[in-house]
Amino acid sequence: MVYLTRRYRFSAGHRLHNDALSAEENRRVYGKCNNPSGHGHNYLLEVTVAGTIDPATGMVFDLSALDGIVAERVLEKLDHKNLNLDMENFRAQVPTTENLCREIYELLRTPLEEAGGAQGLELARVRLEETSLNSFEYVPEHARGRVM
Amino acid sequence: MIYVTRRAEFSASHYYHNPKFTPEENRRVFGKCNNPLGHGHNYTVEVTVSGVMNPTTGMVLDLKELKVLLEQEVIQLMDHKFLNKEVPAFAEKNPTTENIAVEIWNLLAPKLAHGKLHRIRVYETADLFVDYYGE
Repeated sequence: MVYLTRRYRFSAGHRLHNDALSAEENRRVYGKCNNPSGHGHNYLLEVTVAGTIDPATGMVFDLSALDGIVAERVLEKLDHKNLNLDMENFRAQVPTTENLCREIYELLRTPLEEAGGAQGLELARVRLEETSLNSFEYVPEHARGRVM
Repeated sequence: MIYVTRRAEFSASHYYHNPKFTPEENRRVFGKCNNPLGHGHNYTVEVTVSGVMNPTTGMVLDLKELKVLLEQEVIQLMDHKFLNKEVPAFAEKNPTTENIAVEIWNLLAPKLAHGKLHRIRVYETADLFVDYYGE
C-alpha cells in the first residue's frame, strides 16, 4: 500500500458564527473570525490517496484523473467563493477548517474511490492549511494509525 | 516512541513507458512523462526512523549514521542519473514516485543498524509526494 499526496490551492471567504449562541458568546468564542462582514484565506489542500501500485504503469492512480476530480468536485466549488453563503452545507454548520476538511473528504471520497477501484484506492487523508501557521487533518476511521 | 526524520535531496531524470503498450497507449496513459528523452526533477527524500531514546545519549540513533547510509545507498545511486537507464531496479519498471519510495525502503531497511524504519517519503515536486510504510 502506497500513499500519494497532491497539493492544491484555493482562496475563499468565511465567517465563524453560530446562530445558537448569543452575539456576545459568538464574539467570545470566535474572536476576530466573527466579524459580520467576513474575511478570507489562501487555503492549501493536501489530498492523500492510498492503493496498490499498478504493475503496468508503476502508479497508484493517474495524476491527471486526480487533478480533474479535485478541480471539479472541490476547487470549482470553493475557489473564490464565500463558504457560508455559496456552500449548501455551511448554511447550517460553521465553516471552520475542521468542518471544511470533513466536507472536502465527503465531496471526494466516492468519485475517487470509484475511479481508482482497480487499485483498491481509498481516500486516506484530507489536510488543510488555513494559513502557514495552522493546519487541520481529517483521517477516516479505517486509515487511522496508518498515516502519519 | 520517538520518530526521527532525516532529509536528503537528489536530482535525476526519468520517463514513463510500458513496452507492452502501443505508442498511442503510452502517450495516452503517461502523457508528457512518456517523452523517451526523459525529463528531470529535484527529489527530496525523508527517511523516518522510530525507536526508543538511549538514556545515555538522549538519541534514538546517531543521525550521522543515517546521513551516511542515505548518501551511500540512495544518493550515490540516483543523484544526477537517468533512473530508467542507470538504476537497475528501474530497468523493467517505471521510476514513478511510488516505485522510487518502495525502492528506497528496500535499499535502507536491511541496512539500518539502529531503530526501525518507519516511513519513506519522496517528494517529486513540492506539490506531489508519496509515503511508504513498508507494507
